[in-house]
Amino acid sequence: MWKTIIRRILVMIPQLLVLSLLIFIMAKFMPGDPFTGMVTPDTDPARIEELRQQAGFYDPWYQQYATWMMNAVQGDFGKSYTYKVAVADLIGDRALNTLWLSLVSVFLLYLIAIPLGVLAGRYQNTFLDKTVVLYSFISYAIPVFVLALIFLFLFGYKLQWFPTSGTVDIKYENGSLGYIWSKFYHLLLPAITYAVLGTTGVIQYLRTEVIDAKSQDYVRTARSKGIPLNKVYSRHIFRNSLLPIAAFLGFTITGLLGGSIFIETIFGYPGMGQLFIQSISGRDYSVITALVMLYGFLTLLGSLLSDIIMSIVDPRIRID
Amino acid sequence: MKPTQELLTINNLHTGFRVKDKYFNAVDGVSIHLKKNEILAIVGESGCGKSTLATSIIGLHDHNNTKITGEIQFKGLNLATLTDEKLNNVRGNDIGMIFQDPLSALNPLMRIGDQIEEALIYHTRMSRIERSHRVIELLNQVGIPNPQRVLKQFPHQLSGGMRQRVIIAIAISCKPSIIIADEPTTALDVTIQAQILDLLKDLQAETESGIILITHDLGVVAEVADRVAVMYAGQIIEEAPVEELFNNPAHPYTRSLLNSIPQTHSENEKLEVIQGLVPSLVNLPRNGCRFAPRIPWIPAEAHETEPQLHEIAPGHFVRCTCWNHFHFKGEEGGSLL
Repeated sequence: MWKTIIRRILVMIPQLLVLSLLIFIMAKFMPGDPFTGMVTPDTDPARIEELRQQAGFYDPWYQQYATWMMNAVQGDFGKSYTYKVAVADLIGDRALNTLWLSLVSVFLLYLIAIPLGVLAGRYQNTFLDKTVVLYSFISYAIPVFVLALIFLFLFGYKLQWFPTSGTVDIKYENGSLGYIWSKFYHLLLPAITYAVLGTTGVIQYLRTEVIDAKSQDYVRTARSKGIPLNKVYSRHIFRNSLLPIAAFLGFTITGLLGGSIFIETIFGYPGMGQLFIQSISGRDYSVITALVMLYGFLTLLGSLLSDIIMSIVDPRIRID
Repeated sequence: MKPTQELLTINNLHTGFRVKDKYFNAVDGVSIHLKKNEILAIVGESGCGKSTLATSIIGLHDHNNTKITGEIQFKGLNLATLTDEKLNNVRGNDIGMIFQDPLSALNPLMRIGDQIEEALIYHTRMSRIERSHRVIELLNQVGIPNPQRVLKQFPHQLSGGMRQRVIIAIAISCKPSIIIADEPTTALDVTIQAQILDLLKDLQAETESGIILITHDLGVVAEVADRVAVMYAGQIIEEAPVEELFNNPAHPYTRSLLNSIPQTHSENEKLEVIQGLVPSLVNLPRNGCRFAPRIPWIPAEAHETEPQLHEIAPGHFVRCTCWNHFHFKGEEGGSLL
């Protein structure tokens, strides 16, 4: 198994190289450059030109690419033009915020979706099932920014139950218990919004799998043993129904760092999604390229993780 | 023959499935009994209701879409009226069940040992160690080599024959007095079939249980059964001890079935078939002789309007009077007296 994992990681290197080349070329094609935004009636065009020269803007593209790659391999993705800090540090801060938000979101999502999916499948065509299916359709149909705005207005502004932006209250000292609680409190509303809207896929998958598993021969065998129906569900149907969810788990884990552009922007939560949008509108090349590289790497890693997880939960799958 | 006690008595059993708010009986008035130490075979074409009869006995149907009426007498209980919870005390404990397809009848995510042990957890008071000894004993009993290794394996690591042995081990784990085997050899190749049948026979002799063997294979019947019931369209149309049935088949359906077995020494190269198809559940003729549409050359007067079972020899029952007037198509027919 380790051999396969190492081989899969080695195969990622050429994949990432191709990705980096594409990203670099596309970034070059984008109109404008980081210095366009600095132009005011007072700036001397010659000064801008000088800065462009210094940044290597007029070098041949392959030379620029080589310089960028060499630095990137050493973990140096350059400096953000907007924030004036190293890209790696910038992403590091944001990634941590996003990670916490995503963890709580995904936890809440499964907390809602798994019981609902299993119950809907078990009591198929009952009132309960129909209610769950209706809920999952409605939550799928509502755009995330609509619900996010409604929640923000209702619970944040009108009822004042939750803060409306930021990640932590400034009055707390870093690391104190109040600080941690405040962080959690700030990410709760965005996490609930995400969880309420993201459940559709998990509910529908589980419901279908449970309905499918109910009529499988091994379930009939289990019932013929005379074990209680609840045990038939927990030991036989539930585990088999979770397989497709487990197949996505790798992507879910790496997706934790991706963040949500809409939710982070609307709730003013400084995470990866927000950074991505800001870097695009600010022509912050070094941040864009670094982020796309990171997302590409996470996707590849997600598929490897999924395969490893599948080989653990399903004995029929062995990677060697 | 020495008198033996009846283990299971089924009286006028109807099992109906719902199709668009109406119930259609797949098992339509079956009465049958099983004695101790007996292998009773139930034979019929696909769709005649034999598997439904088997699963009705331990109530494995979806309760929302199935209606079971009649009596299933077992140890003073009427299984047809018991709740699911009460039936759980009988399932796996007093009645073990073996299914058709060993490839899909085991949970793919669970170790063999755990699957065999499961019934023991709920039906016995054995400790964990006693249970693991019992699992090894069972694996030995069904002829699985190296049980210590197999109990830690998953179903996909075993061959079809081995998996069927595991399923048999599950069925007999709590020493049931009845084993219901629903086409236990259909999915296996011929050499394995013979091994599994021998195993069933040996287990039956060892445990003195009664076996209901459901099959469409008359060869299997001839090899293991003591008594045979032939089913057609939800009814039993002939019932007899095994030699009697093969020597003196009476009902036109039984005779046609036996006639359609290819004979290697015969000059006739044509494969004999039974004309027509088993009627589907919804289109089943509910009046008169149900086999009549498939033997149209027999005059209608030969059939009874309400066919009953007639005892034509000791222990040999035949439904409808048409057996008396039956001849194969093209052969000279007896006259209607």
